[in-house]
Amino acid sequence: MALSAFGGGSSNERQQRAETMTDATVSEAELQVERRPRRWHIAVFLLPALVVYSAVMILPLFETLRLSFFNTVDGQSTFVGLRNFQTLFGDARWAADFWNALKNNFFFFVIHMLVQNPIGIALAALLSIPRLRGAAFYRTAIFLPTLLSFVIVGFIWKLILSPIWGVSPYLMDLVGLKSLFAPWLGKPNSALIAVSLISVWQYVGIPMMLIYAALLNIPEEVIEAAECDGVTGWAQFFKIKLPLILPAIGIISILTFVGNFNAFDLVYTVQGALAGPDGSTDILGTLLYRTFFGFQLQLGDRSMGATIATVMFLIILAGVSLYLFVIQRRIRRYQF
Amino acid sequence: MSKARTSLSRTALVHAALIAYTLVAVFPVFLTIINSMKNRNAIFRNPMQLPTPSTFDLVGYQTVLGQGDFALYFQNSLIVTVVSIALVLLFGAMAAFALSEYRFRGNTLMGLYLALGIMIPIRLGTVAILQGMVATGLVNTLTALILVYTAQGLPLAVFILSEFMRTVSDDLKNAGRIDGLSEYSIFFRLVLPLVRPAMATVAVFTMIPIWNDLWFPLILAPSEATKTVTLGSQIFIGQFVTNWNAVLAALSLAILPVLVLYLAFSRQLIRGITSGAVK
Repeated sequence: MALSAFGGGSSNERQQRAETMTDATVSEAELQVERRPRRWHIAVFLLPALVVYSAVMILPLFETLRLSFFNTVDGQSTFVGLRNFQTLFGDARWAADFWNALKNNFFFFVIHMLVQNPIGIALAALLSIPRLRGAAFYRTAIFLPTLLSFVIVGFIWKLILSPIWGVSPYLMDLVGLKSLFAPWLGKPNSALIAVSLISVWQYVGIPMMLIYAALLNIPEEVIEAAECDGVTGWAQFFKIKLPLILPAIGIISILTFVGNFNAFDLVYTVQGALAGPDGSTDILGTLLYRTFFGFQLQLGDRSMGATIATVMFLIILAGVSLYLFVIQRRIRRYQF
Repeated sequence: MSKARTSLSRTALVHAALIAYTLVAVFPVFLTIINSMKNRNAIFRNPMQLPTPSTFDLVGYQTVLGQGDFALYFQNSLIVTVVSIALVLLFGAMAAFALSEYRFRGNTLMGLYLALGIMIPIRLGTVAILQGMVATGLVNTLTALILVYTAQGLPLAVFILSEFMRTVSDDLKNAGRIDGLSEYSIFFRLVLPLVRPAMATVAVFTMIPIWNDLWFPLILAPSEATKTVTLGSQIFIGQFVTNWNAVLAALSLAILPVLVLYLAFSRQLIRGITSGAVK
C-alpha cells in the first residue's frame, strides 16, 4: 500500500512541478514588454535535475519522515502519532540501545572536534609558511588517507592494532612504551576512542585543505603590516590569522558534525554491524542499519528504522540551523 | 621577509613536524603493500622489513585473483561511477545554467531547494528509497545505484557550477543569440566548454564518495552480479580473516587504482579544493 503511494506520489509531483514551471514562464513572458515566446528551454534545462533530485532524494526523505508516524498494528500500517518516538526514547528494549548510540555518537563527534580539527589547522598553518620546501609533497601525502575507502582504512588499522601481528607493540617498543600496549579495539573502554582516532586519521586531510585555502587567501599586506608592528610567530598566528580564518573553521565544524552523525561505514568495517565489543562503538548509523535490516536473531523493523532516521534528520537539521542562523551570523567576516 | 620567519632551527622544526605527520599518514598504507608481497613467516617475524628475495612471495595475490570475481566488481564500480558522474555533470550543468542565466519566477526558491541536499545526507531517506526501488523493480541493479548517486551529487554540482557560470561573459552569449544560435546551442557550444575546469572539480568531488560508498551497495545492490569493488572487498576480506597473505593482497589491490589515479591527478584535485571550495 505504502509502496504504491510512493510511486504515485512521485509521478504526481513531477506533473505538478512541470505545470508550475510552465505557469511561471507564461506569466513571466506576459510581463515582458517585447512579448517573448514561452521560454520552454528553462523548463527543459531544469527538468532532468529536478526530477531525479526530487524523486530519489527529497520525496524519499519526506516519505521516511512520514513513515516514522506509522507502525504495523494487526498486520496493517496504522497512524500511531508519536508512539514510535515514545518507544525509542522510553521502551526498555529500545531506549538503552538508542541512548547508548546517541551518547557514543556525541563522543565520536567531540573527539573529531578536539583532535581532527586542531591537527588539521596546525598542519595547514605549517604548510602555508611562505617558500616552504616540499609543501606539495607533504600536502599530497597527508591527503592520501582521505581518498581511501572505509573498507581499506578499517581493515588496515584492524591488522595494525591486532595483537596477533605485533606491529603496534613493536613500534611502541621503539619508544619504550611497550607496556602500554593493549588490544584497544577489543576493549569496551577504549574501542570507541580507537575507532574515532582511525576516523580522524582518515579525514584530517579535509580540514587541512580547507584551512590551507583560507590561509592562502589572507593578503600579504595584512601579514606585512603585522610584521611591521612586531607581531610574528605564534602571536601572529593567534592574533592575526586565526580570526581571519574563523569562517573556514565554522565550515569544517559543521561538515564534521554532519559527517559524524551520518557515519556508518568505518564502524561497520572495523567492528561489524553489532558495533562491539558490547555495543561500545554503536553509533546512530549502525543502530539504523541493524534496526532497519535486522541482524542475526533480530528482525528488520521498517517503522523503527524510519523513526531513527527521523531523529538523525532532526539532529543534523538542528546542527545545520544553529550554524546557519547563529554561528555564521556572529562570525565577523573581513573583506579584502 | 623577516629573519624570524626563515631562521634555520625554526624551519627544521617545521619540517620535522610535517615529516612526522606524513609518516603517520603514509606508513599504514606502505606497511600493507610491502607485507602483501612476503611469505607468511616473514609477515609475522619481520613486519617492518622490505621483501627480500628469500621472503618474496605472491601467494596472496594468487589466492585473491583465483577466488574473488574482482574483475566484475571493478567493472561494476567503474560503470556506476562513470555514468553517475556523467549524469551529475550534464543535469547539474543544465540546471545551473537555467538558474544563473535566466530570470524567472521562483528562481531563488529553486536554487535553495536544490541546495538543501548539500547539508542533508541522502542516507537518511534510505528506508523509503529502498521501498521505491522495490516498487520499481530496481533492487539489485546498477541503475538503482546510479540514480541514488546522481541525486546525491546534484546539489553540490549545481551550486559550484552556477557560481562559475555567472562569470561567463554576457556579451559572448548575446553575440551567439544575434548570430541565431538557439539557447541549447549557446549552452552546449559556448558555455559548457568555458566551464570545463569547474566541471573537473565537480567530477573529482563527486567521484570519491561514490567509489568508496559501502552503504548503498550493501542495501540496494548486494547481489553477486552487482557488487561494487568496495562491497566486494568488504565481503571477501571478511571471509579470509585468517589468511593474512590474501587479506593484505586484497587490500593492496584495492588501494592501487586509487593510488595511481591520485598520484596522476593530485595537482588538479588539490587546486580544485583550494580554489573552489571556500570563498
